[in-house]
Amino acid sequence: MTTLNSVKRDAPKARPAPPKFSWVWLGVTPFFLFAFIFLIYPSSNLAVRSFQDTKTHAFTLQNFGNLIQNPNLINAYWISIKISLITSLGGGIFGFFLAYSAIRGGLPPFMRTSLMTFCGVASNFAGVPLAFAFIALLSPSGVLTGWLRAMGYNPYFHGFQLYTFWGLSMVYMYFQFPLMVLVISPAIDGLRREWREAAENLGSTTFQYWRYVALPILLPSILGTMILLFGNSFGAFATAQALTGGSINLVTIMVGAQLRGDVLGDAGLGYALALGMVVVMAVAITGYTLLQRKSERWLR
Amino acid sequence: MKRSGKVWSWFWMILGILYFFLPLVATFIFSLRAKKGVLSFLAYEQLFNDSAFIKGFSYSILWGVLTIIVGILIFVPTAYWVRLRAQQFRTAVEFITLLPFVIPAIVFVFGLVRTFSHPPFLIVDSPALLVAGYTVLSMPYMYRSIDTGLRSIDVATLTEAAQSLGAGWGRILFQVILPNIRVAILSGAFLSFAIVMGEYILAQYLAKPAFAPFLAYLIQQKAYEPAAATVISFALTWACMGIINLFGRGQQTQIAGGH
Repeated sequence: MTTLNSVKRDAPKARPAPPKFSWVWLGVTPFFLFAFIFLIYPSSNLAVRSFQDTKTHAFTLQNFGNLIQNPNLINAYWISIKISLITSLGGGIFGFFLAYSAIRGGLPPFMRTSLMTFCGVASNFAGVPLAFAFIALLSPSGVLTGWLRAMGYNPYFHGFQLYTFWGLSMVYMYFQFPLMVLVISPAIDGLRREWREAAENLGSTTFQYWRYVALPILLPSILGTMILLFGNSFGAFATAQALTGGSINLVTIMVGAQLRGDVLGDAGLGYALALGMVVVMAVAITGYTLLQRKSERWLR
Repeated sequence: MKRSGKVWSWFWMILGILYFFLPLVATFIFSLRAKKGVLSFLAYEQLFNDSAFIKGFSYSILWGVLTIIVGILIFVPTAYWVRLRAQQFRTAVEFITLLPFVIPAIVFVFGLVRTFSHPPFLIVDSPALLVAGYTVLSMPYMYRSIDTGLRSIDVATLTEAAQSLGAGWGRILFQVILPNIRVAILSGAFLSFAIVMGEYILAQYLAKPAFAPFLAYLIQQKAYEPAAATVISFALTWACMGIINLFGRGQQTQIAGGH
């Protein structure tokens, strides 16, 4: 055995190279410096301060205690989570059907390319202009409202409101479902036609094919992408601020108000509020990464 | 494909197309209604005569261009070096470039303002901080585009060839590597540009003139001009995405941040 191993090994060097000091790290220093000064330091600064007493700077968990006991802030988290759940589920399901229709639905191929272009635009068209587009469409003096009124149906007489939770959910959907289409498409592409043929040859129905073949393969991607959508709307601020003028109680809106002027009357509480958001986002992105890794097995 | 399946495909497609286009069509129609009773481009005229619009818009263009330049200067050498020599830093670098997805923009700007508005780092009023912030926000897209570009060329061979012809590092980076990945850089650049043009949070809270804060202000003041401005903003996003698609690399997309 020893002889075999020694044959495989390289010939020993005549002189072992002296341990050389490597200058390789110097090339990446500008990047790390930049990232540290403008991203890591400011962010960790928030994190550190959320564990500090505002006056004495001593370590404390009081800020988080105050956060949990503040029903207004807990409610803000809850509304943010609710809108993110609803729009990630809604946008995820709609986006999946849309992507599947374009890729496997027997539509002309140009539909797919145009859908991808639209989705690229729509997922980037967000914030203030998006809010105004829906104001122009569905506010009481909006264009669609006018058309519907002319047809004898005023949505505002039937409980519709744009500047509320459900109105905002509708607006969020505009950047949610395109993102679903863009991210889920490779997974749908990875669904091989042979699998369906094989299932049909074995006598499976469409339902059985989906229940036992397609869905188990796609589920990690679908769930993972929905988690991504969750994060996407959880961190959204500009759209909500521009649409509702800050009257809706999202966490991002609360952080924004706290930043403008200490509306909570407690700086430490504001830092804890912000750190809580990062924790939720970190959990979401980690979940996405893990599920994405799981689904990659099938996408070779 | 069974027939009923095809009907459903069309159904979802048409629903998607309606969801996509209705708000835009409505905004466009709305923007033409400034003159009572007739459709006109009056709102656009008024908008272009509004010095605040011109100011916000041109500043946003300036921020966008500066962000792209700073991004190229920082990320091209880094991505190049990580591919060529510093592989051991790959995980760390990629982790950092994805951080802007984890830290919501509003929390990020909260950190910037609280950190840089006290001595010894009193630079909250400097435009440089805004550009640095934009560079951070565009980092996931810019870095990934550049890295994808570098993957498609043979970095090591190009470098050795250039070195054996006597080129220094600056020359290798900017006259050999950069031209070879310019398509990838351009697609990252236009995406960054679209993000900066529509970005509200940073400019608003760092109190710098920009397009989105101006638009938010305009929405509260007027009815038709914001519609015109929204149409322009949409056209700009479309143009940026169209250019990226033209390069054949339409896979990039914004995941989080600017919303």
